[in-house]
Formats: sequence, structure tokens, C-alpha cells
Amino acid sequence: MSTHSEKAAVFIKDEARTDWHDGALWKVRQKRDDSASQLPEWELLRETASQIKDNVLSNLDNYLVQFEAEAKKNGVIVHWAEDAVAHNRIIGEILKKHNARKIVKSKSMLTEECKLNDFLESKNIEIIDTDLGERIIQMRKEAPSHIVLPAIHIKKEEVGELFHKELGTEKGNSDPTYLTKAARTHLRDKFFEADAAITGVNFGIAETGGVVICTNEGNADMGCHSAPVQIHCMGIEKLLPKAEHLGVFTRLLARSATGQPSTIYTSHYHRARQGSEMHIVIVDNGRSELLGKEDFRNSLKCIRCGACMNTCPIYRRSGGHSYHSTIPGPIGAILSPNLNLTEYSDLPFASTLCGSCSDVCPVKINIHDQLYKWRQEIYKNNELPKSKSIPLKITAKVLENPSTYNIVGKIARSSIRSLPRFMIYNGLNAWGKQRELPEAPNESFKEWYKMNRDV
Amino acid sequence: MKVGLFIPCYIDQFFPEVGIATLQLLEKQNCEVFFPEQQTCCGQPLANTGMEQDGKKIYNQLAQLFPKCDYVVVPSPSCVHHIREHYDIVEQTDEILHLRKNTYDIVEFLVDILKVEHLDARFPHRVGLHQSCHGLRGLQLAKPSELMKNIPSKWNKVLEMVEGIELAELNRPDECCGFGGTFAVAEEAISVKMGKDRLADHVANKVEVLTSGDMSCLMHLQGIARRQKSGLKIMHIANILNGDKL
Repeated sequence: MSTHSEKAAVFIKDEARTDWHDGALWKVRQKRDDSASQLPEWELLRETASQIKDNVLSNLDNYLVQFEAEAKKNGVIVHWAEDAVAHNRIIGEILKKHNARKIVKSKSMLTEECKLNDFLESKNIEIIDTDLGERIIQMRKEAPSHIVLPAIHIKKEEVGELFHKELGTEKGNSDPTYLTKAARTHLRDKFFEADAAITGVNFGIAETGGVVICTNEGNADMGCHSAPVQIHCMGIEKLLPKAEHLGVFTRLLARSATGQPSTIYTSHYHRARQGSEMHIVIVDNGRSELLGKEDFRNSLKCIRCGACMNTCPIYRRSGGHSYHSTIPGPIGAILSPNLNLTEYSDLPFASTLCGSCSDVCPVKINIHDQLYKWRQEIYKNNELPKSKSIPLKITAKVLENPSTYNIVGKIARSSIRSLPRFMIYNGLNAWGKQRELPEAPNESFKEWYKMNRDV
Repeated sequence: MKVGLFIPCYIDQFFPEVGIATLQLLEKQNCEVFFPEQQTCCGQPLANTGMEQDGKKIYNQLAQLFPKCDYVVVPSPSCVHHIREHYDIVEQTDEILHLRKNTYDIVEFLVDILKVEHLDARFPHRVGLHQSCHGLRGLQLAKPSELMKNIPSKWNKVLEMVEGIELAELNRPDECCGFGGTFAVAEEAISVKMGKDRLADHVANKVEVLTSGDMSCLMHLQGIARRQKSGLKIMHIANILNGDKL
């Protein structure tokens, strides 16, 4: 499988499209800035959210037990899934019990992580993603390229073509209002037919046993309000201690994600409607292992706002698919290595460590520090390609010895000055593919100093 | 005041004029400058690639060069950031702690320690400031656009002391240039694209001279500008502050 760097190089070949992608996401980042700057307490909110999440992670065992007990009191059926396989199996069993063949699902990165759609489709169960962006990529048989804006990599003209093929809209019509209306009509039928509704969870409240789901389209509610079975899939880290803590997070979430003061719908589910069933599936899938890693545990604070993607200069110019992981961008690059260090060992290197991700993060995850620390783990675990480690081992030897360093530097400079161009600028020199090397001076600073000061 | 001068490897080898300007700036401020010639590098290239364990000897050697200096000054926020933040993996000897605590970027040193209010420098050009990430977000030399709090810019403070200078506003005042150490080679396509986009922002805002505290960012940007045969000039901030001519 190709690496981030290789996939990014392919993405960037279409420079106009790269600029369009970068511009679209930069606009979202600017909306976030405008919105955040209107709250004088913005930095205090971030700090408060960070501390609440620290408390949650330090007491997660107790909060989970409390959450389960409260949910059960409300008549909710609670399930525990240790990994993706268990998650899918549990959902399969619930659906089987109800003989559910047609399912609607609102946005959930957790079910993407568990590959629930593939699992259900293999059992001939129809699963329809009802978030518009998710529905678009589902029709295209693609993975989301962004956790909040899953179809951000697709232009409206491409959506027009897709809907013409899939939904019979007019050929060549890519008017967003027209296309949205067509999607709404299509999804309305799916909501009416649904035997069960699946959602993700933004926040679980330990105190009440309820779950909170934030959407802009109301699609989670459309599903839960019409289907006889509702299933909420929640990672163990989604808990908040009390309902009173929620306001801190809802104020941060939408502003960080899109610059909105809040999501259009912030829905609280506590118990099933009369005659229907409500299930919550609580999923670990590597999270408790991550909780045990001191340097990396606070990545579990993430509230999936996507702000780190919108601000990341690499993400904006390489697209979400270049990260070849469920969660792309900076947060994905620190979460994914925990799941599979070998498969994702390239991701922590898909960064200049500029630190913008950490500064936008509404819960103050030290993302760029963790990228740096994952790099160290990757080397320790022999996952750093030899093409990187061998030259650097030689560099280390040179830098350890000042006189070797002086000689090597002198030779390098004189080579740059005197060698014919083709010997310097060739396939072996990645720096020189689109860049000149610095002009090599005759004299290093040290040599100048010896002549001019050290007398 | 005894000030140790640390000139990072790539500046020593490729941009000696930046080292000279830094030295002269300190001398003009009546600092007693000490330049130990046994120095090489802070070890960041290794560490940023995951090999910090292989850099421990380099860290310790650097620290041993400066125990008698009140401060160590470096014309690179990135190297300063590395020394302060990442020298925590070696034994915290007196030398290491002394180095981590007293190492400053040249601009930071002029503003925070020497409290300079006047510079004898003239630079009648339109200048675009590239706020290098490690200086901006690592050392907080100015306010990153993401943060909603007031952090006065130390770069602007010293540049505004230069006579005749005109500072340009940029469309994206603190986007990364894409250098990123070994990233520049490992992620060549993105690195160059980011650099091209930075240069275009400066050109669109009629910048004549692009400056920065970090010569590594400038080495990358200059490499692209020269390949593009762009007329944009590139100069380290120490040279401007030292009154060097374009």
C-alpha cells in the first residue's frame, strides 16, 4: 500500500484542484476564527473542556459504570463491545432479533472505524447513510475524507453527475438547492421504510445515562423518531460527568467545526419511545490500551470537530484519503498508530510539526507533541525505513565529531560549487527536484570567525 | 554579560552572513561574545525523524560548551525550541539545565533580556515577515492566528525599530512554509507546494524582501524562488536588524 507521501504526490498533481481543496478548508478555518474571536472566554472554554476531559479519562471506569446503571434505569439496553468485531456482532444480533432488513444510519466515525456497513451488507442488510455528505460518498463507494465534511473532496458538479446516475436528477444540473432537495426526497423514503436507526454519539452523560447527538441536518432524529429500534454506538471516551458540563462542549464543538454558534440539532436521548427499543453499544476497540499510554492518552479527549484538519496545511493540500486511515488529518495521525503501528507508521511524518493543530484543538490535545513522540516510538519499534535511518545514523556520527563535521561541510560546499549540474540535480536528490540547493559559500562561519575574531 | 553564540550547522555551512550579523548585533549591544568552535548542531534533524536516542551524545556535547555563559544566543527559534523542549531525554545535569534555561533566539534575546528599544539600522524596503512555526507557536514570539489571546509580536517590535522599513500584510500571516526538516525531502510534493503558496502570498502583497527568524524556512523558500527565477529577495531577520544592505 502506498504511503501518505506517495498519495499526496498524486493528489497534488492536479494543482488547481489542490488549490480549490485548500481554499475550501481554509474558509472553514476562517469561519472558526471569526466565531471563536467573538467569545472573550474562548481560551477559558478550551481550558475548561480540557480539564473536564482530563477528569473523565482519570475516572473513566467509574463514569462508565455509572452511565450504564443510569441508562438501564431508563430502560435502555446497554451492550459492551471490546473491539470492532464485537461491535458489529452485537448490532447484527439486535437487527436479527427484530428481523430488521433496512437500516438508516446517521454520521458515526465509530461505525466507520468498525466497518459496520461492510459487515451488514455482507449479511444482505441495506444500510443507508443519511448525512448528505456520507450518502454522497456511500454512493461513490468511498470512505469519508473528513470527519465533519465527509465529501469535502468532491465538487458540486461531480455530485450532480452522481445524482443523475443514482437518483435520476436532470443531467448537468449541479445547483446545490436542487440536488439537496433530490437527496431529501430520496432519504425521506428511506426513513419511512427503516426497520432500525443507528447513530453515533457526541456525548454520553454519566449522571443521566443519556446520549447527545449533534447534527445539522436532523437526520439522526429523523431515523430515531420513525424506526422501532434505535441503536447508539459510542466509544468509551465520549462520556462527560454531568449534564451541566455539556454546555462547555456544545459551545466549542460547532464553533471549532464550522464556525456555527451551535449545531442546528443538539438532541438528547434518554429512553425509548413507547413500543420501541433503545440500545447503546459502548465500544473499546483499542481505547483502553491508549488510555494506558501516558504520552498518548489525551488524544482520547478528541470531540471529533475536525478543526485540526481544516487548519493543517498538509491535510488541506493532500486530502483526507492520503492518510489511508478512518480518521485522517493530524488527529488521525496520532490515533491510527495505536491501532496498527506498522500500517500507519508513515502518518506521524505527514506533518511539519507546525503546531497549528494543537492551537485550534478545542480540548487542547497536544497533537504536534504526540506526532513527535510517535516518531520516536516508530524508530524504537524498527518501523522507520532504513532509507531514513541509515543516512541519519551517519549524520549523527558526523555531528558528534566537530573536526569530521568541518571537513564534511567543506567537501559538501565545494561539491555544490564545482560539480556539474546533472550530478547534483538528479533523481537521487529529492530536495533539488523543484528547489535549488543553497549557494555554497567558500567560507563557513567558523572559518570566517577564525580569520576575523579568533586572533 | 557573557553570551555564548551557537550558530546552527546549516547556517555555519551555508549562510555564514547570518552568523556574522548575529555576532555583530550582540557586539554592538556590548555583550562579551564567546564562540566555542567545537559546536556542530542541536540534533533536531535526528529527533524530528524519530531518532532522538541517537542524538543524546550531540545534546550533551553542546551543553558542555557553554557552562560559563550567562546566556546562549542562537539565530534560529527552531533550534532554541528544540533545546528547551526536547533536551529532556538526557540526564538533567547542571550543564543541560543551564543550557535549556538560558538559550534564547536572537530576537527574543534583544527584546526580553537586553530590552533593546533602538537599533542603528536602515532598510528602506517593503518586507514580508515569515513567522516561522517554532518561533511563533513554540516560543510564542507573536500571536498565532488560532489563539484568542494577546501575545505582542517580538519580531514586529524589533523590525519596527529599523528605519525606512515597510512591513507588508499577508493573506495568511502564519501558514507554515513546508520545510519541516526531513519532511522537505520525505514529503517533497507537499513541502514544495506549501513553499510555492507562501511565496505567492508574499508576491501578491508586493513584498520585496521576505524575512524570517529561521533560516531553514528561508533556505527552502529561497530554493523554490530561485528555481522559479522569482525576483523576491530573501534575508534573515538578523541581517536586517544589523543594518546590512540588501
